[in-house]
Amino acid sequence: MAKLTFKTDNCKGCGLCVDACPKHLLRIAPDKINKKGHHPAEITDPDACVGCAFCATMCPDCIIKVER
Amino acid sequence: MVVFDKPHALTDVPMHYCPGCTHGIVHRLVAEVIDELSIEGKTIGIAPVGCSVMAYNYFNCDMIEAAHGRAPAVATGVKRADPENHIVFTYQGDGDLASIGMAETVHAAARNENITIIFINNAIYGMTGGQMAPTSLPGQVTQTSPYGRDPKLCGYPIRVCEMLSELEGPEYLERVTVNNVKNVKNAKKAIKKAFQNQIDGKGFSLVEVISACPTNWGMTPQAALKWIDDKMIPYYPLGVYKDRSAKEAE
Repeated sequence: MAKLTFKTDNCKGCGLCVDACPKHLLRIAPDKINKKGHHPAEITDPDACVGCAFCATMCPDCIIKVER
Repeated sequence: MVVFDKPHALTDVPMHYCPGCTHGIVHRLVAEVIDELSIEGKTIGIAPVGCSVMAYNYFNCDMIEAAHGRAPAVATGVKRADPENHIVFTYQGDGDLASIGMAETVHAAARNENITIIFINNAIYGMTGGQMAPTSLPGQVTQTSPYGRDPKLCGYPIRVCEMLSELEGPEYLERVTVNNVKNVKNAKKAIKKAFQNQIDGKGFSLVEVISACPTNWGMTPQAALKWIDDKMIPYYPLGVYKDRSAKEAE
């Protein structure tokens, strides 16, 4: 099973990871705000993640760690 | 097993770039290549003036901040001072490399200096607030061309790779982009080759990365990546413009 870890406080909420996910598992959390004042990215269904790391590849701020 | 993590050659400092700016992706690719080639201890980076002026905060290798556009000249000095022990790269934007630094760039290429240049082309001056750059597209609306860039008044955008490919000097010129996963992987290959060329002593290698500036283009990050596909790539076609060693090997 794959595991994603987000450095949530560095996220700027640009949403590039959301578009990159082939399984549409990511979203910009509408109900959370991080230290910088952005809505951070989060995973909606961790069990469905296959760990392809497309999200991390597109993340400009390198906040996603992918383990598999 | 860790499949993906921040490369060691990037520091933990949060980047100051706008949300969705692809500078962050290119920084990471350069850092990954430095890690993979195990050259962090002997790499010296030259930061430009522009949005990436504070690149020295983000790379773990030694960095020098050059005057506006003069990064290839500074890199020449650093490389010639100790060619065996240093790997030198510059990281420059289009306002830096293609405008004020055009002379330094062209002459470094003509001399075939053994340096690596990462050239970020986002068709606009980002840091100063979105003025027209030498690479702005015809018809592109910017702060200083509110009715769109008029080639009759402002001339035509400069295609740096095509222009330099006419010179005898440069070893390797390639244009890539980072607007989707596939292109990011291709961009990394190009950047790795540019560093490897320097290690092998082959000479001047420049990788032009077509990049997005959502803030100054006035778009969402997603729309900016699409705009690269729709508008930038037709004017700036991707591909290898010069690869002297590969050509000689044929």
